[in-house]
Amino acid sequence: MGKILSMNQAIERFVNDGDCVALGTALEPLIPFSAGHEIIRQGKRDLTLIGPISDILFDQMVGAGCVSKMVMAWAGNVIMGVGYSLRRAVEKGIPRGIEIEDLTNFSICLALNAGAMGIPFFPTKTLLGTDMFQSNSRIKEMVCPYTGERLALVPALVPDVAIIHAQRADEEGNTHLWGSIGVSKEACLASDRVIVSVEEIVEREVIVSDPNRTLIPGFLVSGVVHEPWGAHPSAVQGYYDRDHEHYMRYHKETRTEKGFARWLDQWILSVQDRSKYIDKIGVGELQRFRVARSHEAMPVEYGY
Amino acid sequence: MTDYTKSELMVVAGAREIKDGELVFVGMRLPLLAFQLAKATHAPNAQGVFENGVLRDRPAGKPLFTMGDAPCIEGAVWATTMLDIMTLLQKGRVDLGFIGGAEIDRYGNLNTTYIGGRERAEVRLPGSGGGSDIASLAGRLVIVMNHERRRFVERVSYITSPGYGEGGGWRERTGLKGGGPVAVITTLGVLRFDPETKEMFLDSLHPGASLGEVKDVTGWPLRVGAELRETPPPTRKELEIIRKYDPNGFWTNR
Repeated sequence: MGKILSMNQAIERFVNDGDCVALGTALEPLIPFSAGHEIIRQGKRDLTLIGPISDILFDQMVGAGCVSKMVMAWAGNVIMGVGYSLRRAVEKGIPRGIEIEDLTNFSICLALNAGAMGIPFFPTKTLLGTDMFQSNSRIKEMVCPYTGERLALVPALVPDVAIIHAQRADEEGNTHLWGSIGVSKEACLASDRVIVSVEEIVEREVIVSDPNRTLIPGFLVSGVVHEPWGAHPSAVQGYYDRDHEHYMRYHKETRTEKGFARWLDQWILSVQDRSKYIDKIGVGELQRFRVARSHEAMPVEYGY
Repeated sequence: MTDYTKSELMVVAGAREIKDGELVFVGMRLPLLAFQLAKATHAPNAQGVFENGVLRDRPAGKPLFTMGDAPCIEGAVWATTMLDIMTLLQKGRVDLGFIGGAEIDRYGNLNTTYIGGRERAEVRLPGSGGGSDIASLAGRLVIVMNHERRRFVERVSYITSPGYGEGGGWRERTGLKGGGPVAVITTLGVLRFDPETKEMFLDSLHPGASLGEVKDVTGWPLRVGAELRETPPPTRKELEIIRKYDPNGFWTNR
């Protein structure tokens, strides 16, 4: 059976209390909501979350008390603005205080790329003149030994585990991902372990028919989870589009601590797994987000 | 003709900052609408890059809520990594960047991270995202935001996205590559920057807005340009295009 696990097994086996976890690396789409919800259900604690923009998944994990630190460029609710759980944590220490290392989208790419390349830092022309030097003590500045210009230095990030959601993988974890890629490749290459959840498990032949589509090879992957609708309410190119109303409701309903607790119970704690989550929303309701206007890529020739 | 919202006027003013053939780094909300309007009118050859890794030369087939929505990738010219897109930016290939802000000061510095400073944060905002990178590295920067007293302050308490720092030659001294902000499009007018001091001044007033009103909601003694103009209102055609891309007025408050 290769590396195929249930989400419950994958999180239990590969995510430990205190781990640095990279999530939401494709930006708004392909967010591994199912994995994040299972982390919350298993009560993981003291996690450091790493990601550019994880939309409301980071907010949910912070509100559930799983997180002691975030290394991120942006956290909130992309179409609605702020995330209330994040604000409660930073401003009032509810449910606990968290430390934030602020970065930008570019510098988080560079940090993960340095991690992927096995070097300690990357120099860059971004970050200069910002107050991120105050709120992230790990960023430094240097004078370029070649040109004399000022450079900011972003230290490498090496997550314990990266979790991505993708369209398809084979049993060994060879993974095809398309659409919005974001910083997913660098995050997987930098991390000690990778968990991949996918819409479909396919034969190896499907993967090797289009090797340019492979985001990461299976030898880097620790566990593969077959998890249809695993990114809902975010989008998966070619499978389903984004459920915008879900984010609007989350914004409205989690404004207060009590509202968040109710939401957490209703959508995460009382839901056993993703198949129960799908039942709860309703398969019919979800069909609204399926591809309505097909646009297939032209086949490409790899023969010789 | 007053049948338009302030947000629609801001979109129109934003679109006019885009020149034909430019590579534009497009943020969501009003900047996206401005880019789409410019393409449909005076800048058909402009191309847009989105930080999730997408380059488009035509508008998406459906209104977008986020840059990662399936229609933003369908029909794109390039769907690559965020690192590739940011590489274009740092290399100096992006002509114009477009971002919003929560708090701005007289030299165009933006704060979207901590209101009240980091140590005694009254409000934790979402943070930079790609905004700081765009403000630092794009050839020109256009900022779109609401004109309110709490947002237009003498000095921001935290610089997320650098404008002209303390003014004058600050950007050069700091080592920033991009040219810095050229326009701040607000709910009341369009503000630009003095070429020497880099201080923001009022260049045009939107129809219906008064100078007194603008000064009241600006937290420093605001200078006024030599020839204060009225921002040209949207044309019927411009409004039709905006409403096509924001049919329910989600972003333009219709």
